[in-house]
Amino acid sequence: MDRRQSGVLTRRLGAGQHRTWTVVRYFARLLLYLVIASGALIVLIPFVWMVSASLKELDQVFAYPPVWIPNPIRWENYREALMTPLHPFIPYYFANTLYVTLGCLVGEVLSCSLVGFGFARLRFPGRRLLFMIVLATMAVPFYVVMIPQFILFRQLGWVNSFYPLLVPSYFATNGFFIFLFRQFFARISPDLFDAARIDGSSTWGIYRRVVLPLSVPVIATVCILSFTAHWNDFLGPLLYLSRTRLRTVSVGLALFIGLQGVQWNHLMAASTAVMLPCVLVFFAFQSLFIQGIVITGVKG
Amino acid sequence: MRLSTREAVEGYIAISPWLIGFIAFVGGPIVASLVISFAEWPLIEPPRLVGLFNYSRLVHDPLVFQALKVTTAYTLSAVPLHIIFGFFLAILLNQRVKGLAIWRSIYYLPAVVSGVAVAVVWIWVLQPDFGILNTLLRQVGIRGPNWLFSRTWVIPALVVMSLWGVGGGLTVYLAGLQGIPTELYEAAAIDGANALVRFTHVTVPMMSPVLFLQLVTGLIGSFQVFTSAYVMTGGGPGNASLFFVLYIYRHAFQYFEMGYASALAWVLTLLIVLVTLLVVGSARYWVYYETDTAQL
Repeated sequence: MDRRQSGVLTRRLGAGQHRTWTVVRYFARLLLYLVIASGALIVLIPFVWMVSASLKELDQVFAYPPVWIPNPIRWENYREALMTPLHPFIPYYFANTLYVTLGCLVGEVLSCSLVGFGFARLRFPGRRLLFMIVLATMAVPFYVVMIPQFILFRQLGWVNSFYPLLVPSYFATNGFFIFLFRQFFARISPDLFDAARIDGSSTWGIYRRVVLPLSVPVIATVCILSFTAHWNDFLGPLLYLSRTRLRTVSVGLALFIGLQGVQWNHLMAASTAVMLPCVLVFFAFQSLFIQGIVITGVKG
Repeated sequence: MRLSTREAVEGYIAISPWLIGFIAFVGGPIVASLVISFAEWPLIEPPRLVGLFNYSRLVHDPLVFQALKVTTAYTLSAVPLHIIFGFFLAILLNQRVKGLAIWRSIYYLPAVVSGVAVAVVWIWVLQPDFGILNTLLRQVGIRGPNWLFSRTWVIPALVVMSLWGVGGGLTVYLAGLQGIPTELYEAAAIDGANALVRFTHVTVPMMSPVLFLQLVTGLIGSFQVFTSAYVMTGGGPGNASLFFVLYIYRHAFQYFEMGYASALAWVLTLLIVLVTLLVVGSARYWVYYETDTAQL
């Protein structure tokens, strides 16, 4: 295609002009890659700077001109930041975060898929209106419901427990995930349902044995979005988990900054450790991640 | 039982988790929050209805205006910049670039790790004496400002940090760009339109629904900044980064004034609704829908 085009151009413009044209295109292309690469570099610098600082000795952290590759590499920073006898509960923070994250993830997948199935596949009066309400709840800001929710959970005696974070997940409070499931289920061929019915499957049998096994892509997308959202959640744990032993990593890290005499290399080691699970999940399931965001049309 | 009745019952059973969850954790709290906004409730005592007192109080609260000013200034700079940079980046990456998946992953990375860890890293990036931003500026002979410690620079600093995550919207823009039929460009080229005209008369109108969606979600999101302000500045220096949600949080969970905090929350919500309606209303003047029936 390119060669044919330039062939036409040669005939029309003559060899001299053709050469100018190629040179212009070459430089335009070069400039394009230059801009894209510098943008990517800007995005990566804070990450590199963080990891590099997390492996430095303290005086190298403050060196000018900046040192990019730590010398010597000091892995002890991670042990000192995360396993210090001064703050014996830091390993708990990771366990707590994992527990809350996975607990919410399971709840959201179970409840939102069931509700999405109801909206996609069962006919009942008020279905359209109720689904509109589901969509509308996606726009309800957390700060509006956070005060009454806090009062409710306080009355129930749930402050300083994981219930305020876990329980709502099991009641399909994420409208967006319901939407994702519904859209996916609505596209499954109705013949499959009829066949299952003839074989004597109940509605719930169809949900368990036909719908869910076919829905691995959307389940995976919801899992990934849910994982990063809950792993990074800050305001929820901040409100409900004030006891040291119960904290999540985000609350722990936020308090870490406020501590007197905390060292930057330790702080960066802690940040790196907190980010790592999300980065790993992202790179492991990238294609599903991107797919999920395209379905939604909303940025992550 | 008739088959349709049975299906309806099963339908309600299937959505029952949502029905219960909606009433308990969303719909109920919304109504409760409105009621609480008319009361004084320090939590240790029972609530006392005070009518419109909370609302008249917030009109005279100078920090409410400070919070509005901060939130508006941030929104007005961050949202347009996000759209411009995001769109521009997507157009660059849409030029049949080699290694697209790799570039896209790199640009998307900040959106994956959002939260406290990002805020901590940026405190360090923006640190006036040893942070990498001012260090790099120093190497080219510019004395960088004090960023988070300066009343003037704290909001620009947070805008810069949010622009770092501009790639979060990239996937949506790219999907939009790839959805534009190539025939449109060919037809325009045959009609003698140069690259610039093709951009303004094909790309922009065809992308306007995507831009519109990004504008609406961007506005709603930027009115709700909390984590970065809480972690990085605590609203300082001198309330120069007192975002509205941070101010709500302070009254609710530091001063335990549930009534006043709820009133503040409702003011912010009304503001968001108002701005959103304005933007949605403007859509018919600039958003192009192929079916020509703007369905909103």
